[in-house]
Amino acid sequence: MIEIENVRKSFGTLEVLKGIDLTVQKGEVVTVIGGSGSGKSTLLTCINGLEPIDAGRIKVDGTEVHAKSTDLNKLRSKIGIVFQQWNAFPHLTVLENVMLAPRKVLGQSKQAAEEMAVKQLTHVGLGEKLQVYPNRMSGGQQQRMAIARALAMSPEYMLFDEVTSALDPQLVGEVLDTLRMLASEGMTMICVTHEMKFAREVSDRVAFFHKGVMAEIAPPEALFGAPKDPELQKFLAATH
Amino acid sequence: MFNYTFHWNQALKALPQMLDGALVTLQIALLSMLIGVICALALTGFRLSGNRVLSGFATTWIEIARNTPALFQIYMAHFGLGNFGIHLSPYTALLVGIAFNNAGYLAENFRGALKAIPDTQTRAGRSLGMSAIQAFRYIVLPQMLRIAFLPTTNQMVWAILMTSLGVTVGMNTDLAGVTQELNARSFRTFEFFALAAVIYYIIAKAVTLAARAIASRMFRY
Repeated sequence: MIEIENVRKSFGTLEVLKGIDLTVQKGEVVTVIGGSGSGKSTLLTCINGLEPIDAGRIKVDGTEVHAKSTDLNKLRSKIGIVFQQWNAFPHLTVLENVMLAPRKVLGQSKQAAEEMAVKQLTHVGLGEKLQVYPNRMSGGQQQRMAIARALAMSPEYMLFDEVTSALDPQLVGEVLDTLRMLASEGMTMICVTHEMKFAREVSDRVAFFHKGVMAEIAPPEALFGAPKDPELQKFLAATH
Repeated sequence: MFNYTFHWNQALKALPQMLDGALVTLQIALLSMLIGVICALALTGFRLSGNRVLSGFATTWIEIARNTPALFQIYMAHFGLGNFGIHLSPYTALLVGIAFNNAGYLAENFRGALKAIPDTQTRAGRSLGMSAIQAFRYIVLPQMLRIAFLPTTNQMVWAILMTSLGVTVGMNTDLAGVTQELNARSFRTFEFFALAAVIYYIIAKAVTLAARAIASRMFRY
């Protein structure tokens, strides 16, 4: 369970998160929508401790992320995150990209790590690309590799930060299909996205962020069907 | 037009001696690179440390190494330090001078290579649970080595050529030193130095070609 309580975060004088409360249960899929600069991506990087917070607290399975005593490396190994820019490691083959963290962080044997990597890469449809270097693949393939790389750590939570935003339009579908597959397998996920159709399909709940505030959160039928917040109504009108 | 008779035989007879000298040249160049790379890594670390004393030390070293003649750096190592009672043999002074120069140039190469790797690479590693050291060791360093590799081999060629400055501090066992002594005895300046130049050229070219071959095997992406 991810518990976010009254989280505040500023960059300089700009307050990007103004007291966010959100609890995500095991197995739940929550998507976060909202305009640029609404704070939704920042929230994800706070959840895995890449960004410090100014107030409030975030607990993952009871462990407080920003407590001094928390072993962030250990915590991060169970929270996978995939970014808009997939950040493939260019000097490693696809297989090595996926094997690296399980080997070095979890201390898995080469054989175990390779087995897991092959399994995850096959899962995202890259079983034929094991020995290829990332720069020989399309953005969509590299992004799916990044997903497999995160999954190889056997995370309990997955955070997706606008993972299709930097892709050519024709490559968006293959990545969204991968996310749909994960959702259907029961992975606990928080997805920041601009893909409304996708949010409507996969989410248990959809959260709308506006200027650092979670203005509305509801199951997709309610949020898209009968939006209450006036800013959300404007946002939906503009994106449809 | 000019009445000079070439005496190539004299030079060729001295070839074995000169090749022995070439080995010394190569040895100094290799050692100076080894020391240079280690010092350059330390200087790069110092500059990134955020400690003003360390980064000031590193910057001073790099500035001097890159903006003063290599000849002076070698001279200082031999005669300059001698004034303070530190007496280095010609061999050691030459080695120290070139290593000092190498370190300055290489530190700058390493810093450039490091800057070329986006922070998001480290971020991706950290978010997979790697420690800062692991992310550096397995993600940043290998990419940095690739970027810095060819500039580093250029420095190696430069180090080989710099060894010839050893004659100014009395070095007489390397290729330039041997050639200079043969010249002093025979005054066959053109023949001896032309032959020495050919040997320098072959060594320098061989290093460049070997480096390219190694690079294409090591860096497959």
